[in-house]
Amino acid sequence: MLKVEDINVYYGNIQALDDISLEIHEGEIVTLIGANGAGKSTLLKTVSGLLKPKQGKILYEGKPINGKAAQTIVKQGISHVPEGRRVFANMTVEENLQLGAFLRKDKEGIKQDLERVYELFPRLLERLKQQAGTLSGGEQQMLAMGRALMARPRLLLLDEPSMGLAPLLVKTIFRIIEEINKAGTTILLVEQNANLALSIANRAYVVETGRIVLSGDAAELTSSEQVKMAYLGGH
Amino acid sequence: MELIQQLVNGISLGSIYALIALGYTMVYGIVKLINFAHGDVFMVGSFVGFYSITVLHLPFIVSLILSMAVCAVFGVLIERIAYKPLRNATRIAALITAIGVSLLIEYGFIYVRGAQPEAYPGDVLPEHAVHIFGAKINSQSLLILGVSVALMIILQFIVHKTKIGKAMRAVSFDAEAARLMGINVDRTISATFAIGSALAGAAGVVFGVYYIKIEPLMGVIPGLKAFVAAVLGGIGIIPGAMVGGLLLGVIESLVSAFGYSLWRDGAAFIVLILILIFLPSGLFGKYKREKV
Repeated sequence: MLKVEDINVYYGNIQALDDISLEIHEGEIVTLIGANGAGKSTLLKTVSGLLKPKQGKILYEGKPINGKAAQTIVKQGISHVPEGRRVFANMTVEENLQLGAFLRKDKEGIKQDLERVYELFPRLLERLKQQAGTLSGGEQQMLAMGRALMARPRLLLLDEPSMGLAPLLVKTIFRIIEEINKAGTTILLVEQNANLALSIANRAYVVETGRIVLSGDAAELTSSEQVKMAYLGGH
Repeated sequence: MELIQQLVNGISLGSIYALIALGYTMVYGIVKLINFAHGDVFMVGSFVGFYSITVLHLPFIVSLILSMAVCAVFGVLIERIAYKPLRNATRIAALITAIGVSLLIEYGFIYVRGAQPEAYPGDVLPEHAVHIFGAKINSQSLLILGVSVALMIILQFIVHKTKIGKAMRAVSFDAEAARLMGINVDRTISATFAIGSALAGAAGVVFGVYYIKIEPLMGVIPGLKAFVAAVLGGIGIIPGAMVGGLLLGVIESLVSAFGYSLWRDGAAFIVLILILIFLPSGLFGKYKREKV
């Protein structure tokens, strides 16, 4: 579904991604794990069109999308839930969700998707008229995910959905991620909590300083000594 | 009773400031630029109104709409030509460019048509005295107030209820997150310039009808005062610009009413200084401490 081929991304003169390649198949949950600053978020931003790769190709359903504008990529079915949630704090929950469907014109479909988002996140329904900035961290994460789903994506990019949340909430969020995936949305998940990410993922890539150092089946990686040592808190 | 009359004058003048201030504040909200050429858009709007009334013999409302349309296009052109290439430049570069654009419009305009002033015809709007609470009020001030209030209501509707309005608020809050929603940031910025400039054009026509005399440098002082009004209300905050404009108009009229009319123009800038010292984020702004 998504194929990233040897991309290099720079911030000014600093290289953030170094010849990264990866592949995501339809229906999968694929996770990127790695330390802070490894380049995980940069990769997501490059896929969603916020950053442009200097070299390399990104193919979505066989067609190149590298260097395309973010709005074109959203329209083609890739939604990105950014790190830190980035909800529009000065607008209501309802307006945030409407913005998620900004490019769509099918009123009926939008209505159906709103219902679906309320089903997944009943909390949002209770808070529709509230300013997004007054929500708790967990609720903001739900809103950010709900907002992304309003674009009816076929591929959902999630950046650190567990960041700053209480353990119980993290569980809820991850259960919902699995639910979204079962309903047919492919997921690329960036997560610092490697244990958790590997527990729901089909496959994983390990990123270190802008390169992919390891990849494979999630279960295999969970038991690999190298991953245990570096990311799972093993001894 | 004199006081009520002065208050009404102040509110009329203030609603003109408010219309101009809205453009400043909307543009600042979205691109963090003080568009110093905004006062000159107001001037161009006033002249478009003048020519459509005197040369094309159009009625007031049609002239108003024509002037708003011309200014909207003009505002978008200014943004595309002068500011867009500097989107990622330092803010001081953009600010200096804005001052340059302002001078270019003023003296370009003088070069093309000359510096002589014009006078709006006196019979554009019916003029008679209305008696309210024993005060004699010019019907024109009420009409001007009505036009301004109507435009502000339309603006509120656009900003809160339409798709482009929501896009504008989203981009001004977080442009990158807005892009992830599929919002075209460039187009949204253009729309903001168009709406802000249209309001300045309307203010120009209203100003001409009310104060009669117009000339190519007429935008400078009202432009600066509207900037003060925008800062007074809290730059970037739309209701702030409305309240700031009205308040500034009333303050100026009261200063005149108490016999200090020579200090009128100074009053606005004293307000600016006081606001910057005591309430730097304005009446409606939340004071944000710089995080270290």
